Amino acid sequence: MQEKMTDYILELKNVSFSFHTYGGVVKAVRDVSFSVRPGEILGIVGESGCGKSVTAQCILKLNPPKAGFFEGGSILYKGEDIVPKTNQEMRQIRGDEIGFVFQDPMTSLNPTMKVGKQIGEIIKKRKNITKQELRHQVIDVLEKVGITDPQRRLNQYPHELSGGMKQRVMIAMALIGNPKVIIADEPTTSLDVTIESQILKLFQKLSREFHISVILITHDLGVIAKLCDRVLVMYGGKILERASAEELFYKTAHPYTRGLLDSIATLETDKNAELRPIDGTPPDLFSPPIGCPFAARCEFGMNVCHKKMPDEVELSQEHKVCCWLQDKRAPRVEELFQKEWSNE
Amino acid sequence: MKKYILKRIIMSVITVLILITVVFFLVRLMPGGPFTNPKLTPEVKAVMEAYYGLDKPLPVQYVQYLKNLLHGDLGYSMSYSNQTVTSLILKAFPYSADVGIRALVFAFSVGIVLGIIAALNRGKKLDFLCIIIAIIGTSVPDFIMGGILQYFFGIRWGLLPIAQYKGIEYTILPMISLGFATLASVSRIMRSSMLEVVNQDYIKTARAKGISEFQVITRHEIRNAIMPLVTIMGPLVASILTGTFVIESIFAIPGMGKYYVDSISSLDYTMVLGMTVFYGVLLVIATTITDIVYGLVDPRIRVS
Repeated sequence: MQEKMTDYILELKNVSFSFHTYGGVVKAVRDVSFSVRPGEILGIVGESGCGKSVTAQCILKLNPPKAGFFEGGSILYKGEDIVPKTNQEMRQIRGDEIGFVFQDPMTSLNPTMKVGKQIGEIIKKRKNITKQELRHQVIDVLEKVGITDPQRRLNQYPHELSGGMKQRVMIAMALIGNPKVIIADEPTTSLDVTIESQILKLFQKLSREFHISVILITHDLGVIAKLCDRVLVMYGGKILERASAEELFYKTAHPYTRGLLDSIATLETDKNAELRPIDGTPPDLFSPPIGCPFAARCEFGMNVCHKKMPDEVELSQEHKVCCWLQDKRAPRVEELFQKEWSNE
Repeated sequence: MKKYILKRIIMSVITVLILITVVFFLVRLMPGGPFTNPKLTPEVKAVMEAYYGLDKPLPVQYVQYLKNLLHGDLGYSMSYSNQTVTSLILKAFPYSADVGIRALVFAFSVGIVLGIIAALNRGKKLDFLCIIIAIIGTSVPDFIMGGILQYFFGIRWGLLPIAQYKGIEYTILPMISLGFATLASVSRIMRSSMLEVVNQDYIKTARAKGISEFQVITRHEIRNAIMPLVTIMGPLVASILTGTFVIESIFAIPGMGKYYVDSISSLDYTMVLGMTVFYGVLLVIATTITDIVYGLVDPRIRVS
């Protein structure tokens, strides 16, 4: 059997996902499209509540089943749409095809089950696996994620492990089924910096050595710079800018991305200088704005921004942005400046 | 672990000692005494009191009682002539324990299952049904429950024997009436605990593994949800095992409940104390076992 060859292992096309709540319907993800290439690390960055976690959980349909629902779009995994799949069919994909690493390893491991057993569960669901083979595989995967003394560790309970170790166990769990894609939802948020860099290196290693695509969700641009090949910037349930990591940092095109970059303190920042936060609050997703979701907070906000969502403008092959400032019809800011300079 | 167990044993002994002391003096504070029958002449009464050592000063009696206790001697009953307290307890306890264990198993197994069903069907008809059962269980007293069961199963439908304790079919009605209230609270605790566990992060992790919904529930949810039940198990075990006066008298079971109540109303000092010691030791053992079981269920407690 020959698999259909596609350039992308995972493709989201115009996905919209909402939740029923007591207050009404929250439109958490609105018309999001992106694709993941085999073996790449794709970063999704954005502030809390921008829809990045919901997007990630959509892919495995892990959002609360009754409250959350797809409003439209399709998610193609190896060219096959998984949105209409039943829970039963999703089980083939979860763990085996797409692994998931959750945000908080402290609460994401079952406290009453030995870690070896928790990891082994994923491959145990496949038939014809002997106990020894299972144990062997668990030890193997624990070694892969850099846990020393795996023979001992697999018989321990989560509370006997450190935070970094727990996150490694989570990664081992995502890895053991030999998935093609690992989705990591803020995998280092609850870890301290030294452990964070170790875990990030581990993701890098996994993607390089085993050719696994990693979708890395974070709100930390530092993490993105260190690790990602390509980046999506999400805001108010929409993707505002997508670019290779390099272009995002050096050719920032969206005012929101600019704002995110400006609000980071670096070692070079003068200690008396004030940090520049982005004023205002994220949009209300019960009734999201019809225009650009960032318009209300944008220092370049124009009339048109509030009235109509801009189309995606291609700046280069990898770099696309949703902003009226970059629209073909908009006057080039650089041109204006150049005119002024030439006048002087 | 050894140190922990040793500490537990010492604590238990002290607990029981305090219990004995308090009960010993409290019983003596009650007006009257074991030999207040007006037919007894003062001479006979004096002889009786001397026989049981009641003529001596209270502290002396107390020390004497503790000495006997160290030898495992609970003394003679004051109202059942020529019977030791130990022999009375040994005669009655098996019945109480038998009904009690059955009631406990019934209450916990059915209660846990009902709790799980209710939690999984939250807000639906089945959940509502479980709530109704729980309300009946907590609000209907056991003696009324016993009477109703006897009427329907024993008299109306003639399915089960009404009273006495002579075989397995005799145990069913007492088991249900004794266990029903416990069943109700167990099912409620289990339900709320399940609902709490369902929202935990590790349940989402389990789902992301692609294991079946059944395995998510059995391996990840139930085990974690059962924890709060272990806590209430200890005291429940002791109180149910030592029998209940009402259920035992309704169903004519020769258990400990009757002796307990009788001994207090007749101020049978040795019997009251003996029963108390027995109950206290049982309670201490039950809570210790609970702690050990807790460790088995929750590995986090084992270490500390």
